[in-house]
Amino acid sequence: MTTILQPDHATIPGVSKPVTSRAARRVHGLSDRTIAWLFVAPTIALLLAINIFPLIWMIRLSFTNLNLSMSYLPLRFVGLDNFRDILTDEDVWFRLQTTAQFVISSVALQVVVGFGLALLINRQFRGHSFWTTIILLPMMLSPAVVGNFWTLLLQPQIGPFNYLISLFTGAPPSSFSMTGQVALAPWTIVLVDTWMWAPYVMLICLAGLRSIPDYIYEAAEVDRASAWRQFWSITLPMTVPFLMLAVLFRAIENFKMFDMVNLLTSGGPGSTTELVSISLKRAAFEKWRTGYSSALAIILFVTVFGAANIYVKTLNKVKQR
Amino acid sequence: MTAAATRSTAHSIVEASPRAKAFASGLVILYAVITILPLLWIVATAFKSQSDAIAYPPKVIFEPTLEGYVNLFTVRTRQTPDFIAKLPPPETWYDQLVRKRDMVIAGPSKVVPRFVNSLIIGFGSTFLAVFLGTLAAYAFSRFRIPLADDLLFFILSTRMMPPVAVAIPIYLMYRQLNLTDTRLGMILLYTAVNVSLAVWLLKGFIDEIPREYEEAALVDGYTRLQALRKVVLPQAVTGIAATAIFCLIFSWNEYAFAVLLTSGEAQTMPPFIPFIIGEGGQDWPAVAAATTLFVVPIVMFTVLLRKHLLRGITFGAVRK
Repeated sequence: MTTILQPDHATIPGVSKPVTSRAARRVHGLSDRTIAWLFVAPTIALLLAINIFPLIWMIRLSFTNLNLSMSYLPLRFVGLDNFRDILTDEDVWFRLQTTAQFVISSVALQVVVGFGLALLINRQFRGHSFWTTIILLPMMLSPAVVGNFWTLLLQPQIGPFNYLISLFTGAPPSSFSMTGQVALAPWTIVLVDTWMWAPYVMLICLAGLRSIPDYIYEAAEVDRASAWRQFWSITLPMTVPFLMLAVLFRAIENFKMFDMVNLLTSGGPGSTTELVSISLKRAAFEKWRTGYSSALAIILFVTVFGAANIYVKTLNKVKQR
Repeated sequence: MTAAATRSTAHSIVEASPRAKAFASGLVILYAVITILPLLWIVATAFKSQSDAIAYPPKVIFEPTLEGYVNLFTVRTRQTPDFIAKLPPPETWYDQLVRKRDMVIAGPSKVVPRFVNSLIIGFGSTFLAVFLGTLAAYAFSRFRIPLADDLLFFILSTRMMPPVAVAIPIYLMYRQLNLTDTRLGMILLYTAVNVSLAVWLLKGFIDEIPREYEEAALVDGYTRLQALRKVVLPQAVTGIAATAIFCLIFSWNEYAFAVLLTSGEAQTMPPFIPFIIGEGGQDWPAVAAATTLFVVPIVMFTVLLRKHLLRGITFGAVRK
């Protein structure tokens, strides 16, 4: 039986009843309360040191003009100037638009391919487990390595991809470049991302499909519901919570996307595939505009966090239905 | 396989018909084959010579050679044929292979130190994350912790930051602490990223172990720590192993932090592989050889993890 856990922990047996009396436990060593804090503290301390302290530092920097390539300049507090610059910069909005297009089209394609595959695999044909494992491999690979070797596969003159396309269409293989052409590059990153992550959606959908008890279909069959009707009234609604979970995870990951695209197109040609993470990397680690990029990073974080929160709330509503 | 096929009754309503199954299996196998082709191409490219790797039309049939692997592990210099003729005869097969191309091995390449970095940083951060994660997960699972939900959410939310954004303040902090481009710095950073996954996954695994076992041990006079060590941990071993593999895969594959925060000393494989350069650009057979060696452990782990994969990729949100 497969279940999706609610984010609230009321249902999880974490709330304990005291096992023995407090005095009895003292005799046997440290009290439970002490142990609990001793166990949780190191993790919290590490996260405070590596995540929260830098985050607070970054918030402070976002109000300054710090530029690491010009560190001779006096550090000056510029108030909200960085935020104003970013939000009024057309380029930034253009990068956000590019990112949104990438996130929406790749997640949509992954949902279609992943859900389709899950439906097929759920028919439990002979050998389905072996083929499923094969299909899952791409998502376990390093995105950077994937981006790198796809540049070889997509090379116009020597890559097998263009060669195959030219075999089928007759167009000369060097007449188009998947990574070098403004019209094609945005689709190329969607294609490679889907190759990598459709299995992810598939795996989660498969869990959803397997969570539907057989007797519902049996009842539908008794009522002479058509296969089409069964799909729309049973299969789809009961898989939706799983599908939405997959969409949430993929959307967050793709919004953060840096590695695969950086190696595949490095944002090019021009800035056609310059996702917001790549643009942030350029501002922070090539132009060294630390104050400006800190502000941009904060805007991004607030965006992901806000979107994820809204999404989780919607997800819970869907599950309650 | 045959047993499973005969067990399914022909009249079952839920079971797909043989024709539907054949159709499904055809499509899935087609997709699987297409999806695996790029990987097979890379594995094959590793065994091509430089000229075969960039030949047009792309070569499916070629004479296999280990040049790619030799180039990956060595640094070579080009010499005149006269010079090579004067050298004593080659001592090893790889010397011979290189001399055929009018080159001489000048020394080992950086691939081994990079590989060692990947191993040290991967195992170091995995060990720390799983150690810290097990303690925290046990506490969250068994004790009443004030604001437990908020703390758990806080732990997870540290994962939502884009890595490039996190790298900005980390870069500045590490510069102050002299941790830039050190293995320790990377281990600490990866531990912080992995510990959120470890806590969430392990809490799920420990929640599944009946509390009665420990309670019995406590009644028998064990302390909490003894009960944890002798009762809970042995039960959680599979979960801990699965969690460890997930952490290891993350550190092994990670690129964004590695490329932004390391440049030499502590560089891992992912930022190194794309920049294996030969004469006149990328040395594709060597890049492919490195990719193959790098990916083999991942493929093995995927097969090992198959049962827990779903759980790992959803932070324990979906269980089977």
